[in-house]
Amino acid sequence: MQAIKQRFQQIIPKVDFCSLRYVEKRSEILSVRQNIAEPPLRRDDVGVMITVIDQGGLGYAATSNLSQTGLREAVTQACDWAHRSRGRMVVDFTNFTMPHSRGDYATVVSKPWESLGLGEKLDLLYQEAANCQIHQTIVDWKTMLWSVQTEQWYFTNEGGEIHQTTQYLVPNIRVVANAGADTQYRTLGGHGYGRQGGLEVLEQIGFYGKGRQLAEEALQLLEAPNCPMGCMALLLAPDQMILQLHESIGHPLELDRILGDERNYAGTSFVTPEMFGNYQYGSELLNVTYDPSVAGELANYQFDDEGMPAQKVYLIREGMLLTPLGGLMSQARAGLPGVANARAASWNRPPIDRMANLNIEPGNSSWQAQLSAIETGIFMQSNSSWSIDDSRNKFQFGCEWGQLIKNGELTQVVKNPNYRGISATFWRNLKQVGNQDTFEVLGVTNCGKGEPNQAIQVGHAAPTCVFANVDVFGGAA
Amino acid sequence: MQDYFYSLMDYLDGQLQAGEVYLGYFSGEQSEFIRFNRAKVRQPGSVEQRYLELELIEGNRHTIGQLALSGDRAIDEARVTTLLWDLRGQLPHLADDPYLLYAQTVQSSETVATNQLPNAQELLDEIISTVAGCDFVGLYAGGGIFTGFANSLGQRNWHSSFNFNLDWSFYHDQDKAVKSAYAGFQWNSAEFADRITQAKQQLEILKRPARSISPGCYRVYLSPVALHEIFNLLSWGGFGMKSQRTKESPLLRLLKEPKQRLHSSVTLLENTADGIAPAFQNKGFIKPSQVALISQGEFLGALVSPRSAKEYEVVTNGANEEETPTALDLAAGTLASTDILSTLEQGIYINNLWYLNYSDRDACRMTGMTRFATFWVEQGEIVAPLNVMRFDETLYHIFGDKLMALTAAREFIMEASTYDFRSTNSIRLPGAVVDDFTLTL
Repeated sequence: MQAIKQRFQQIIPKVDFCSLRYVEKRSEILSVRQNIAEPPLRRDDVGVMITVIDQGGLGYAATSNLSQTGLREAVTQACDWAHRSRGRMVVDFTNFTMPHSRGDYATVVSKPWESLGLGEKLDLLYQEAANCQIHQTIVDWKTMLWSVQTEQWYFTNEGGEIHQTTQYLVPNIRVVANAGADTQYRTLGGHGYGRQGGLEVLEQIGFYGKGRQLAEEALQLLEAPNCPMGCMALLLAPDQMILQLHESIGHPLELDRILGDERNYAGTSFVTPEMFGNYQYGSELLNVTYDPSVAGELANYQFDDEGMPAQKVYLIREGMLLTPLGGLMSQARAGLPGVANARAASWNRPPIDRMANLNIEPGNSSWQAQLSAIETGIFMQSNSSWSIDDSRNKFQFGCEWGQLIKNGELTQVVKNPNYRGISATFWRNLKQVGNQDTFEVLGVTNCGKGEPNQAIQVGHAAPTCVFANVDVFGGAA
Repeated sequence: MQDYFYSLMDYLDGQLQAGEVYLGYFSGEQSEFIRFNRAKVRQPGSVEQRYLELELIEGNRHTIGQLALSGDRAIDEARVTTLLWDLRGQLPHLADDPYLLYAQTVQSSETVATNQLPNAQELLDEIISTVAGCDFVGLYAGGGIFTGFANSLGQRNWHSSFNFNLDWSFYHDQDKAVKSAYAGFQWNSAEFADRITQAKQQLEILKRPARSISPGCYRVYLSPVALHEIFNLLSWGGFGMKSQRTKESPLLRLLKEPKQRLHSSVTLLENTADGIAPAFQNKGFIKPSQVALISQGEFLGALVSPRSAKEYEVVTNGANEEETPTALDLAAGTLASTDILSTLEQGIYINNLWYLNYSDRDACRMTGMTRFATFWVEQGEIVAPLNVMRFDETLYHIFGDKLMALTAAREFIMEASTYDFRSTNSIRLPGAVVDDFTLTL
């Protein structure tokens, strides 16, 4: 890395700001489907992005050619774009100062990915796959481990230097049961179990033995009636809460959406700048934070990709909307506070406002207290379907698992549970927030937005929650 | 890049040991991205990337590595050598794979395009001056896309193209906007200006007071762009052999007795010959010109990857690993474009749909939103823009008993997706008039 740093220092142009962001990402996917190992897939990706801001213009150039010649060409291209865009930028850089931070971050890993050999890791997957095959109506099953290790360096023209290394693991199990034209699925947390760390994550999330449990649940779903239609209390598990949070709080609070950058693709927001500080987003039980410090959460880091230091910020406190999810540039454009969330998917995409870690803080209700308070309702678990309008208001979500609640007790399992609502009113019907015992650290590994498009991992943590008067329905007859 | 890739693969030929086979798949691009907001530049830049996927095979054991290439011969030879050694070290830990299948008949091919794209400065000047005064937001993505295949049996395939895709919206207020696109291989200023003019005309209608309607069933026109969203969702497991055999296909009811069928006017192909994606894939198989998927409303065939071919003992048609289409083609109907509004009579003219997903996958019941320019129509005339509505409807109605007509005119849509790389997928679609389309929220 010293060589790249020296090359960069030798070619820094005379501009207002210049940075080099180096990203080296190594990932590996191991999978066993129907007790047969699929070919292992490893990816080694490395490249840099040069960013130049000069006289009101901005440009970037990304290349995988890390030689002196390659970096010099990238600097020239970035300068050319800054020159072409001068006087035409939507961002006013006149009074804008980029940070030149110094620091580092590393994921805490207790059981490194490499501590087990390829054969041993495949054995784990074989074993869990074998546990899934419990009945002839289980027609497909797959176990998988996805490991991602990233090293990132960030240098600026005035001595900024940040070094961050992260590791995360995404385990998954997927079981498919079929009878006639009815197919039911169970997955590990609706694909939501990703955490920073090494193989210790498997024990943390209870991976071992989950295959059989999921297969049994898939068989129960196959025998279950369709979810009934009606307006009722809804108790959501953490692996559905994170999708509800992601889609109807996370995205609408992204400041670049509010500023209109995403209107042609990911969409706009029903939230406007004037609403911060005086809009009641949800009931007084709702507390939402941007928190880069929860152990194991996917988007833990010390600095974002524009060098801003990261720290916990309340976005919504006691239901009141306070702070948007906007990085340094968006904050300057909007004249609002924000968080360190300018993030890029890799070396070949520029930073934009992302969710990073977005959490619902735990409340006071025990699981039993939540159940007991419901006379007629439904419990839903593990997201299977998600859809929301481009202003992030009218949503509809589906789950893998539904279970009716009668007089404070879980009763009949139901299949194809769905619910719909409107963000602006849904969160005001939040009636109970689960305590720390119900709180789970999960995440989304493929949050997509941006032009050019970027898919990135975001962390979410949430307790179980109860909502009143929700429009619930099931599958087609 | 072609010479570079081939010479690197020639080098790799010399590194193999007895009994080993390699498959090499190259994907590279030299892209210019200009992001716009409010008729100004938000983020402009260039990206040059080259990736090699290397699969090492020995008998029935195999493993795959993907590598970023630098473009520097010495550096990349070293990287490839290291990767080869790493992959070779994995093989003893792997069991035989009963579903391994790769092309063993050499079929080389070459498609080399010429760069006719404008330079960045001229392009930026033209776009900025043409959209001045409008609330213009979107992305220009253009440049070269390079794809190659090589194996140790001597097969060499190359495909290059230089294209652009300007995907943009004109906004009136809040979520009221006209979405449009201009894509191709040679920039034509008159054609671009014409599209801008058309969009501005539509924008005038959006300035009328918006109307809200209640949930219920309505007659709708779905434009080709709106149908594109439906086919994007269907492509997610709808046409692949594996999803059909594992009963996960959303089109399961077309396959299982008692079989359902779609409207007799629905004929769907994977039309590789008419698309812009390479005709070869990463196991070396060459795709046929066309694969018939649905004929006159009845299921006909599936996209079959080499792996599925081996697993289910059928013949591969060169589909990718995910068995997703790259060049779908829905046959034209008979409805003239000039008759769309009169056929609709009273209902909703939907230019765009958004964020589709399944509410009941088995029933192929899907939900999603209207977006951008959606209009309320009365007595065959557009009268007002419509506020966004959620739909929840099954394909067996949309393309089945509720389908009134498909249009005679079809639109060729080049996919604007830029996740990881610029897409080479395309689709050719008519529009559709559908009765009793269910809106829920």
